[in-house]
Amino acid sequence: MNDPGRASRILGGGAGRSTAIATASTLVVFGAIALIVVTSTGWPEVKQAFFNWDEFTYSFPKVLRALKLNIEIFLIAEVFILIFALAIAILRGLPGPVFFPVRLLATAYTDVFRGIPTILVVYLLGFGVPALQLSGVPSSELFWGTASLVLVYSAYVAEVYRAGIESVHPSQDAAARSLGLTRAQSLRFVVVPQAVRRVVPPLLNDFIGLQKDTALVALLGPVEAFREAQIISASDFNYTPYVVAALLFIALTIPLARFTDWLIARERKRRLAGGVR
Amino acid sequence: MSEAVRLEDVHKSFERNEVLRGIDLALSEHEVVCLIGASGSGKSTLLRCVNLLEPIDRGRIVVEGQEVTAPGVDLNAVRRRIGIVFQAYNLFPHMTVLRNVTLAPREVLGLSRAEAEAQALELLGRIGLADKRDDYPDRLSGGQQQRVAIVRALAMRPQLMLLDEVTSALDPELVAEVLNLIRELAEGGMTMIIATHEMSFARDIANRVCFLDAGVILEEGRPEQIFSAPREERTQQFLARITEAGRL
Repeated sequence: MNDPGRASRILGGGAGRSTAIATASTLVVFGAIALIVVTSTGWPEVKQAFFNWDEFTYSFPKVLRALKLNIEIFLIAEVFILIFALAIAILRGLPGPVFFPVRLLATAYTDVFRGIPTILVVYLLGFGVPALQLSGVPSSELFWGTASLVLVYSAYVAEVYRAGIESVHPSQDAAARSLGLTRAQSLRFVVVPQAVRRVVPPLLNDFIGLQKDTALVALLGPVEAFREAQIISASDFNYTPYVVAALLFIALTIPLARFTDWLIARERKRRLAGGVR
Repeated sequence: MSEAVRLEDVHKSFERNEVLRGIDLALSEHEVVCLIGASGSGKSTLLRCVNLLEPIDRGRIVVEGQEVTAPGVDLNAVRRRIGIVFQAYNLFPHMTVLRNVTLAPREVLGLSRAEAEAQALELLGRIGLADKRDDYPDRLSGGQQQRVAIVRALAMRPQLMLLDEVTSALDPELVAEVLNLIRELAEGGMTMIIATHEMSFARDIANRVCFLDAGVILEEGRPEQIFSAPREERTQQFLARITEAGRL
């Protein structure tokens, strides 16, 4: 990111003179907003409650340490989502009348879990399932919180996969089948690899959403970044820890967001090059 | 000569549209049959039915004595024995040339990687493309891609090859290299059904030419007879249009 030309390309600007214009207009706009905020009547109180420097330096390391749990939840959930969602997408695409019930179930799954607000799934699973006291079923809030995220995000990611699978031209499957490959082999070697390549950017987009939704697990009790901020805030009667948590979440998602942009730009360049040839 | 493939009263409809209205066709081993006819006459559908990519509505297809349209037949096993090459090549764009050619031999026939690659390089060498082994298909010209597609089908050592207008998507200067490869296959004794718009090629290579019209084989015979003295009026009209277009 040291190359300013590349940075401005990614952010949608131009080079040279337009960079200067972009910088100037940015300063003006943000300067004006800052001026309005700082000169407002309530600013001294807001500054004390949300932007207290002592509170900031006190809470930052604690919230940062708690953020480790968010990252763990994210990484574990991500792996399961990638596998689970692909299975659902494939089940939903099975042809023929025999598989109608399977398709129906897969469709119902994506409809239900995209329909229920994530916060409700976390509550229902996190408080409901452990209360059943079933033997052999984990009762940890962390487990059910993560499971909720897996269930919800798998529904979204399954749809992303499905769009990718449907975007692979049927002639590719025909070519594979005509060589004697089975339907499963055609999916595995020919269709899914091409589909996954095409959906990496929207997939990462969903994962950016997942990164910040890890905070919802806090509702069940585990002390992750948001919950830690809440605890400090409640004892110090100050909202600055929330600002700290917000900044840390932004810092967490930005690398993935820029990486996604970069992938999209690369993919477009590759396609354009292919079109010229 | 023994019979390689036989179609009996094959019917195929898409929705309300009856594309094949009773096709009867038999090929001996080593025979090359060219299908000619206007677009939409059913040539592609006929080939896709022989390869069981499309289930037929009525009739039978017998390959090497086995009725492949009988219920319970393993479609994958049948397709292994029949190679098909498409108009749009349909190479796998995410795989190198070598992987395109070795995928099915390894996964379907169970060849080891070394065996499959040795065979693929031998075949690619024969068409002068061994040095393209590690390239992706989009780096190749259309003619090269189509020749790789033919080799990919050959790598399964098929008993029958179906070629579906394999030169129609090519620039004119690239047609010859593909036709020459097909000619070599014919000389090598490969049994083939070839749907084509290249009339001079058909005349040259075919043991028999079938003129398809509205889903039936309206006329068939030796190429000299079909091209020089067609009996049916529709055949005459079709060939006249082709001649006007400068394709004969």
